[in-house]
Amino acid sequence: MNKKGPLYAIFFSLFLLLPGCSSLTVLNPQGPAAKTLSDTIILSILVMLGVLAVVYILYTIMLVKYRAKKSNEGYIPPHEEGNIWLEATWIAIPIIIVAFLSVVTVKTTHAVENVPADYKDQKPLVIYASSSNWKWHFSYPEEGIETVNYVNFPVNRPVEFRLYSFGPISSFWIPQLAGQKYAMSDMTTYLNLVANTQGDFLGRNTNFSGKGYAQMEFTATSMSSDDYDKWVKDVKSTASQLTEDKFKSLLATAHVGRETFSSTHLTFSPPPAEHSEHMDMDHSNMDHSNMEMSTDEHTHQSN
Amino acid sequence: MNFDLEKFKVHGEPLIYGAMISIALVSIGIVVGLTVFRKWGWLWREWLTTVDHKRIGVMYILAALLMLFRGGIDALMMRLQTAAPDMKFLDAQHYNEVFTTHGLIMILFMAMPFIIGLMNVVVPLQIGARDVAFPRLNAVSFWLFFFGAMLLNISFVIGGSPDAGWSAYFPLASLEFSPTVGNNYYSLALQISGIGTLMTGVNFIVTILKMRAPGMKLMRMPMFTWSVLITNVIIVFAFPVLTVALALMMFDRLFGSQFFTMANGGMDMLWANLFWVWGHPEVYIVILPAFGIYSEIIATFSKKNLYGYTSMVASMLIISLLSFIVWAHHFYTMGQGVLVNGFFSITTMAIAVPTGVKIFNWLFTLRKGRISFTTPMLYSLAFIPIFTIGGVTGVMLAMASADYMYHNTMFLVAHFHYVLIPGAVFAVIAGFHYWFPKVFGFRLNERIGKHAFWWIIISFNVAFFPLFILGLKGMTRRMYTYSAETGFGPLNMISFAGALGLAIGFVILVYNIYWSTRYMPRDENGDPWDARTLEWATHSPIPEYNFAVVPKVKSRDPFWAMKHDKQPLFEEPITKIHMPSNTGKPFVLGVVFFFLGFFLVFSMWIPAIVAGVGVLIVLAAMSFERDHGFYIPADKVIKTEKKLGGGTV
Repeated sequence: MNKKGPLYAIFFSLFLLLPGCSSLTVLNPQGPAAKTLSDTIILSILVMLGVLAVVYILYTIMLVKYRAKKSNEGYIPPHEEGNIWLEATWIAIPIIIVAFLSVVTVKTTHAVENVPADYKDQKPLVIYASSSNWKWHFSYPEEGIETVNYVNFPVNRPVEFRLYSFGPISSFWIPQLAGQKYAMSDMTTYLNLVANTQGDFLGRNTNFSGKGYAQMEFTATSMSSDDYDKWVKDVKSTASQLTEDKFKSLLATAHVGRETFSSTHLTFSPPPAEHSEHMDMDHSNMDHSNMEMSTDEHTHQSN
Repeated sequence: MNFDLEKFKVHGEPLIYGAMISIALVSIGIVVGLTVFRKWGWLWREWLTTVDHKRIGVMYILAALLMLFRGGIDALMMRLQTAAPDMKFLDAQHYNEVFTTHGLIMILFMAMPFIIGLMNVVVPLQIGARDVAFPRLNAVSFWLFFFGAMLLNISFVIGGSPDAGWSAYFPLASLEFSPTVGNNYYSLALQISGIGTLMTGVNFIVTILKMRAPGMKLMRMPMFTWSVLITNVIIVFAFPVLTVALALMMFDRLFGSQFFTMANGGMDMLWANLFWVWGHPEVYIVILPAFGIYSEIIATFSKKNLYGYTSMVASMLIISLLSFIVWAHHFYTMGQGVLVNGFFSITTMAIAVPTGVKIFNWLFTLRKGRISFTTPMLYSLAFIPIFTIGGVTGVMLAMASADYMYHNTMFLVAHFHYVLIPGAVFAVIAGFHYWFPKVFGFRLNERIGKHAFWWIIISFNVAFFPLFILGLKGMTRRMYTYSAETGFGPLNMISFAGALGLAIGFVILVYNIYWSTRYMPRDENGDPWDARTLEWATHSPIPEYNFAVVPKVKSRDPFWAMKHDKQPLFEEPITKIHMPSNTGKPFVLGVVFFFLGFFLVFSMWIPAIVAGVGVLIVLAAMSFERDHGFYIPADKVIKTEKKLGGGTV
């Protein structure tokens, strides 16, 4: 038994080596939001390794020292009620750790729920990302274009995704750029991200949504703003319009490849209200952002 | 009535036909066996109609072991399907059904009944009582659980299993996206067994509060009894939420209401909230009794009293309160904003504090002890380091921001298996080995038991540790397949190897039951472990009246005090003993409920109404029956005690 403590220490020291390993998508961020989260994760792993070390060392000592053996035959263990100071210690120290991590949590959550600090002066690019079984639709209201299963945006520019669903709850995740958020049929949610490098990033739905769920992926591409402008122009001049019938048949098809259109479905199938009526009573939720949304359509801030 | 036979059929998979054939063969085997050996009467008198808490406990545990294998086979199929990229073993639909039933069965029909079984066997003995407060209600609880579990299990071969995950999120679980009867089974099977669990909650709260032996004050109760009391308070507060949620789900699916659907103002998030308001306390319903079991075993095999008794009780109370205010951490990603997520992050992390208190108290119970490594103790000791990994990763997941990266990934799957397997499964196995001699009068073989232990412990880590890394690589849960480019293959293969090892471990464990039944010597004095609490003060196997004389308790660990400080436990003379009489009505009620559920699943209204009336008739028959039980005369008790020999009187 006493051999197991070190065994786990080895297991967990693997974790320490992991950040250097780029195959760990979550710890290989390419944007400020993902970077914040990756740093938070590594910090929490370090703190937790400390906790584990304390428990494992005590555990090993107890098992080695107090195991029944020939030499302590006949030993009668004492009656111990407890010790107020010892017990107070292992209440106080965890409280300090939890308090520290709570501060970290609130700060980082606030950071990733908003436009990243260094990019607040730029107007975010708004993209509606809506899911249907088992596809992602991306609508660019300002550019008036729409894509399916791929999304392009300029590098180093804040992007505000507005998420909703035409079916089951799905969860929108581009792990190298930002954390995930649910897309639901009766309310719109928001996700801010910035990409710092140009390239293709895998995005997917992480929330189980039926038979085709495993294949529900898309590609997010960040490109220079020149390339982006050129792409938008190309789409506007070459792609066909998205008619209501075409959109309905898209929704009804389980799997489609990439599609591109020179108009959006937002005109004939508007997204759910920024806040459905039934959420009104929940003022603690997002009422602040709600007010901002109604006065200023362009930026979404969450407190 | 217009029967459409098609909807009962499940098509295609050879595995399903295999399951059908094996279910049929086993059923025929049981019927033939009972007939050949003329055991029908025995089965009815001794088991199906029993109200004895020990026998009900044994039936719970037997059912839980069966379900462990059913859920384990589900797990093996899932791990095999994902062992390598692009496997073709299961198709998407079948995989979805398998992971859904795996979750449901392991939590609701394995972990819970195993724990309730141990509660049934142990708690009345630990408090010096002759039975639970309501023995017949106890039988009703068991049969409702049992037939609820059976209803869910037949879904695999009749009509199709639920396929929307064990959390059955709407609108995925609505008729629109899940048109098979699978989620009808979900709403009805869980409802029927959930009613049984709720009754268990009431029964055990009353039992522990009202039926303790004289002198056993609350703060003298054994820690397992404390954990059971707190658990049952959680059950009574949490299960009504599930009852309501399942009823609304049933209305949505069977009667066209729109509580959670996409149309007409249905709220999918409402289901998620209701589910987890029950679902998170549910985790503590299976884990708190485990803490109790470990407390008993660690104290017994350290030859010491439990360290920090008061803070152990206080920490469980705090955990039970916190368990009701953390549910939103299951969906930080729903877009609640910083305030709500911050609140739930802090309450969730706060649970680490009382849990840490318990870990340190166990460690200090070991200190200055004389630790012997028996099989139950090995499981308890393995629990500490493994569960701590589950605990610290729990704190990591509790951080809302970081959870945006872990949510729905294999990291989460690894975390909750690291919590639930050491936190619940090891505990029930440890408790099973520990209390087995009490119930059956002989120990399980230590050598075989330790073989199983090492297989299980090592394989567990091989199976689940890679999932942490897979999560960080971005692999999400519930994907029935993935491509080779993802690079998920090798770690999944390692995990599959671990799953196979776990299966071998559990087979050895069950083999040990068979081997020990045949060859282990019978215990003489009812106290094979030199234990501390009252259940060891009576004979093994336990006479139906538990204690010939109700013990008088003067301290914690009263049996230890009797053995070592010569404190007398049994001072009164033997008198006649009042016992409840057996009844077949709870079993009949279970059967009728099963048919009610089955007919509702398939919307067969007229048979359903008939069965519903049947339920009312059985309930009325139970309510209006006058039965005051019977007395075992004093001379018969004395004779039994003499025959059992040794013992305590």
